Amino acid sequence: MSAEPRSLARRLFEPASIDSQAPVARVVTYALLFLWALVVVIPLYWVLITSFKGPGEVDNGPFYLPFVDFAPSLQAWDFMLVQNYTLRPYMNSVVVAVASTLLAVLIGSLAAYALVRIRFQVKLAAVAIFLILLTAIIVAVATFGVRWEIAIVVAAALFIIALFTLVGRTQLAVGNNDIEFWIISNRIMPPIVAVLPIYVMFQQMRLLDTQVALIATYTAINLPIVVWLTRDFFAGIPLDLEESAQIDGASKFRVFFTIALPLVRSGLVATFLLVLILAWNEYLLALFLSNVDAQTMPVLVSAQNTTRGPQWWNMSVLITVMIAPVIVISSILQKHIARGLLVGAVKG
Amino acid sequence: MTTTDTMPEAADRRSWAEWLDGHSGRIMVLPAVIVLLCFAIFPLIISAYLALSRFALASGGFTLKFIGLLNFRKLLVGSQQYHLLGKFGTFGFVQWALLAFIAAGLLFLLARYLRRGRPTIVGTAGRLLATAMAMGLAVLALATMAPGGVPGTVVNTLLYVFVGVSVQFALGLGLALLCGQPIRGRNFFRVLFFIPLMVTPVGIAYTFRMLADMQKGPFAPIVRAFGISEWSWATEAWSARLMVLVGDTWQWTPFMFIVLLAAIENQPRDQVEAARLDGANGFQIFRDITWPAIAPIAATVVLIRLIEAFKIIDLPNVLTGGGPGLATESMTLHSFISWRTQDLGGSAAIGYMLLFISTIVCVSFFNFVVRPARRFEA
Repeated sequence: MSAEPRSLARRLFEPASIDSQAPVARVVTYALLFLWALVVVIPLYWVLITSFKGPGEVDNGPFYLPFVDFAPSLQAWDFMLVQNYTLRPYMNSVVVAVASTLLAVLIGSLAAYALVRIRFQVKLAAVAIFLILLTAIIVAVATFGVRWEIAIVVAAALFIIALFTLVGRTQLAVGNNDIEFWIISNRIMPPIVAVLPIYVMFQQMRLLDTQVALIATYTAINLPIVVWLTRDFFAGIPLDLEESAQIDGASKFRVFFTIALPLVRSGLVATFLLVLILAWNEYLLALFLSNVDAQTMPVLVSAQNTTRGPQWWNMSVLITVMIAPVIVISSILQKHIARGLLVGAVKG
Repeated sequence: MTTTDTMPEAADRRSWAEWLDGHSGRIMVLPAVIVLLCFAIFPLIISAYLALSRFALASGGFTLKFIGLLNFRKLLVGSQQYHLLGKFGTFGFVQWALLAFIAAGLLFLLARYLRRGRPTIVGTAGRLLATAMAMGLAVLALATMAPGGVPGTVVNTLLYVFVGVSVQFALGLGLALLCGQPIRGRNFFRVLFFIPLMVTPVGIAYTFRMLADMQKGPFAPIVRAFGISEWSWATEAWSARLMVLVGDTWQWTPFMFIVLLAAIENQPRDQVEAARLDGANGFQIFRDITWPAIAPIAATVVLIRLIEAFKIIDLPNVLTGGGPGLATESMTLHSFISWRTQDLGGSAAIGYMLLFISTIVCVSFFNFVVRPARRFEA
């Protein structure tokens, strides 16, 4: 540092030391950060205070501060939570989100572990024949009216014959990376493409508008994310622990549940939370697959939107009870979620 | 299936447990494969079939009639063209100039690939496909946004994807850089800024409807001061689209922010300090140290966001209902509306076109942006 006393301008615009900011830069930084903080908070604040308003407080122009320019009331809360059937969609949302997330994390981490630790080779010809036969079944059933049981039995027989004759002679095979890429790439598919057949499928199985249908579908759409994230967690743990367990005669399942899973605990928490939030907020699939019995919160909110358009106070209650738990959970466990996101982004 | 484990298999599989262990790899992957076959591959094939047929309700059920590409014809050149593609305006000087600029850029990239290194057949084909797609979408976007044109759902979706993701990335990066400065309360900002990502899009849509209300919303006094309280954003195409983008940006900026901030915190500290000692300014440090360090992660978050952005439906559906007219309707919403009107074939065809566009855009982005960014790091 120079020995002469620093002028006012230099003191304002130059940092005092290497790991600090100049006063002006610091003021600008805080100003911009607080500005964005306002952008984040205002919508949430508005929803919260609107839930304590009534028709009068909303219609007579904007009021901003409870107890100061309007008297808050619990009328809307009472109406939506006690007199209305909000609790049922709420329970649906909880059950569907938690169950589907548990399933997705279990199935997905099993697959991810196997893909990291065991080498797979699937003959390309087998995959091709499988897809061709599947298409043939669909065309046969839909166009020519073949009974689906017969079609499946014939196709399965053809597939087994092909496995023992044609497939053995081919060389091309897909490996672990291809399988992983295939699983993850399913996320690119817009759900709208798949939802129509899924709808018909559940209709045929008489499972439309049940929690089971939603749980199964949510498990499937979130599976790619689970595989994507947990794969990197498993790849990061050292092999020796698992190997010594295997020498002692433990099966792979045992090694997975007793050694591998506990080692990636914090990563699993991140994955679990991320998928839970995705399932909690999911809208499109619930719109197709649920009606009354299995209705979830996002669908309820969007349905109320049309029937109760101007009833801000009731809508605000719904939105508040819907977002409050996620905000609390995510604020507490924010570090875990950020880590999960970062791992996904780094390894891709 | 024809998988082989590398782990030595038991010489004699006498017990069930040994058999189970020998096949444990396949058994572990099998549930995931079955779930994806049932809920992704199988529906995709059925959807392809639906897209090629006409669905009609009949007594006691429905009939499906195979009609080839008629659904796509109806959407691309027939009665639904206005809905999907929009109405084409007349090309003026600006449109031609922009088009020439885009074409020149694409040709330059293509030429650079062919002249540099060894072009492969797959690489060339992929680049040709990506170029053709980019050119087609550019022509469509320019033509429908030209005077006299009306954008359809394809251009709306592209607008949400490209404008939305760019704005979210710019804001997220800016906030992450600010938060990456040596400041107090970084964790406070991190937790606070993260919240919007957790809020359900349906809730966001309704909240922004309340906020943007010109008579009763919190900004009504300001609006009144400007004397425009009679005007409504919901009745004009571009202001309605802007509202959807605002809601989307509010929700997704945190995603960019949180990942980029973590990346910035991981950048080489000693290099930054050495550069500071040598008198480098903030911009130089960003250009030469921070950006190279975070580029691979930045490319990947944009990819993740691109994948999700193509699926947008909740915001436009609740915020504007797709209106005014079709001004804010996304392709997913379009497909949903077709389904509601019993046009299952058309609905599936739109879904397939969305799948086609988003796959080509995302795969191109992965190959031409994410991969080079990662190679650069290594």
